[in-house]
Amino acid sequence: MPDETPLLELRDITKSFGSVQALTDVDFDVHRGEVSALVGDNGAGKSTLIKVIAGIHAADSGQILFEGEEVHISGPKDAVHLGIEVVYQDLALCDNLDVVQNMYLGREAHDVLQRLKEPVMERRTAETLKSLRVTTIRSIRQAVATLSGGQRQSVAVARAVMWNSKLVILDEPTAALGVAQTEQVLELVKRLAEQGLAVILISHNLHDIFAVADRITVLRLGRNAGIFERTKTTQNEVVHAITAGQPTKVSGVAPSEGVTA
Amino acid sequence: MTTETAEVVVSTEPPFESFGTRVWENLKGGNLGSLPVVVGLTIIVIVFSLTAQNFFTAVNFNNIITQMAGTTMLAYGVVFVLLLGEIDLSIAYLSGIAGLVAAELQQPDSGHFLPGIWPIVFALAAAVAIGAFQGSFVAIIGVPAFVVTLAGLLAWQGVIQVGIGAGGPIIIQNRWINYTESYFFSNGAGWLIAGLLSVAYVGGTAASVINQRRHGVTIRYPYFVAAKAVAIPATAFLAVAICNHDRGVPLAGLEIIAFLLFWTFVARRTTFGRHVYAVGGNAEAARRAGISVPRIRILVFMISGLMAGVGGILLAANVRSVAPSQGGGTLLLDAISAAVIGGTSLFGGRGTVRSAVLGAAVISTISNGLFIFAFQPGVIFITTGCILLFAVTLDTLARRRQAKTGR
Repeated sequence: MPDETPLLELRDITKSFGSVQALTDVDFDVHRGEVSALVGDNGAGKSTLIKVIAGIHAADSGQILFEGEEVHISGPKDAVHLGIEVVYQDLALCDNLDVVQNMYLGREAHDVLQRLKEPVMERRTAETLKSLRVTTIRSIRQAVATLSGGQRQSVAVARAVMWNSKLVILDEPTAALGVAQTEQVLELVKRLAEQGLAVILISHNLHDIFAVADRITVLRLGRNAGIFERTKTTQNEVVHAITAGQPTKVSGVAPSEGVTA
Repeated sequence: MTTETAEVVVSTEPPFESFGTRVWENLKGGNLGSLPVVVGLTIIVIVFSLTAQNFFTAVNFNNIITQMAGTTMLAYGVVFVLLLGEIDLSIAYLSGIAGLVAAELQQPDSGHFLPGIWPIVFALAAAVAIGAFQGSFVAIIGVPAFVVTLAGLLAWQGVIQVGIGAGGPIIIQNRWINYTESYFFSNGAGWLIAGLLSVAYVGGTAASVINQRRHGVTIRYPYFVAAKAVAIPATAFLAVAICNHDRGVPLAGLEIIAFLLFWTFVARRTTFGRHVYAVGGNAEAARRAGISVPRIRILVFMISGLMAGVGGILLAANVRSVAPSQGGGTLLLDAISAAVIGGTSLFGGRGTVRSAVLGAAVISTISNGLFIFAFQPGVIFITTGCILLFAVTLDTLARRRQAKTGR
């Protein structure tokens, strides 16, 4: 519920690359059981923000609170340790391996002799897919190369949630998909939230966002440009915030227009 | 783009799918597996048996096994390198280096004489070290494997020539070395080996079936598993029967099988093997999944070095000497062709250890059969070349097919 402590709170996150100010005093709250959409035009700072959360970039200043406690995420391993998983736009699956092998890639179940425990991995993969109601995959022993785009995305998402993760970040999960497959993936995103996970969804597609998101955070030119609840806003309002939104938070000096690209 | 028409429910029990369906799906999906090479080998054997006088005999069966053993060992290493999507051109002369080290260390009056098995141990250690050395250039610095191992090809060839010098071939008298290629088991020992292998195979299959049942995983293709549990022991006994008709089971044949089993286990049943396939399939995905890609690359080049070393010992034992030309000729191309003809992809990520044996069997059988016909070596090269082109074309078509059916 919205009034409890957010799973992840970002406070005044600032990040610059040389002279380019990518993020300025950005706040971002992510709640359990909710889909938090992160939207903005190209160069608005969405990617930089998730990279800060995933430990790929360290913020120059600002605070990160996870489950109410301040944390320092200084590398991808720290993020994974906290239970943060990222599903990248370009998927990162091995086409030549089957579904089970991809789900366990790099974290294979094995005994002391490094022998793989195939039955264990196979059963848990089937259970995970079933719990997420990913039902169109005919055999979990078929190579990922033979799957459709939507099925591949489902496998990538299922892999992210299998490891007791608390927060799953999806970077443009529907960018390369057709209509039917997009529906399939959006259903899956909703289900993740229903299971109590916190989901960050990054997308250019407002239709997708309005289909699944509970809360929409708009970034513009590296600053907060509005936080909307899906049920209390319209697409027009969000579009306006993306293209012409004024910074909603002014700290110190008022921002001048068009400082960053 | 495909759209999902029917929704088939995935439960913890995968839906029933017959073995025939799987084979057909694999073929459609461009996954040919060992099928073309097995069919090809059968045709080659039938043609030679019908046309050549002394081809289909027990003596020749043993000859082919001992002739292919050295190449097969190199090809095992090639399979791992190809699975990564890399290449190792140094293996043939690396095998010569191993032969040279072993031959030097067994020379009785050389001042660095080592008895018994020690020359072999040091030769293999040297080959592994060289593999690690070359592999680190590829894995850590990022020099293309083609160039690193091409440099190795030139340099190790030179080392062999300088090392042997003007003295001519070094004769090998060490029995440990020579027996690797020329020892034949007695008839009784041969039957015992067939029996042990059969018991081990059937026992292993039963254990894995029980394990799967215990975890509630359905056994796919139960009839196929059962058929294999009958066919493989039967083949083992048939092979021993043929060998015993001649000199008995050759140790070289047992070495081929032992390494086949070991490397198949490594490739299919260990985390390391899984990571080799992953790096070959998508190195970036493997890296993001937390796999140390450089570590895998170096280890694979060490395997390549080790197997080149093992092959080098067998090839030296074959002629009981090491000459300045050791590791030359068509050895390199035979070893790489063997893996590719057997069905391992040049593009990485797809292939099996057994492809090395199957491909080496094709190459050795052709050269053996054509030799019986007293064809010139030129004809043998032309034939092998055509088969190689055919195999790679098949692989490329399969890949395109796979790219089409995917997504």
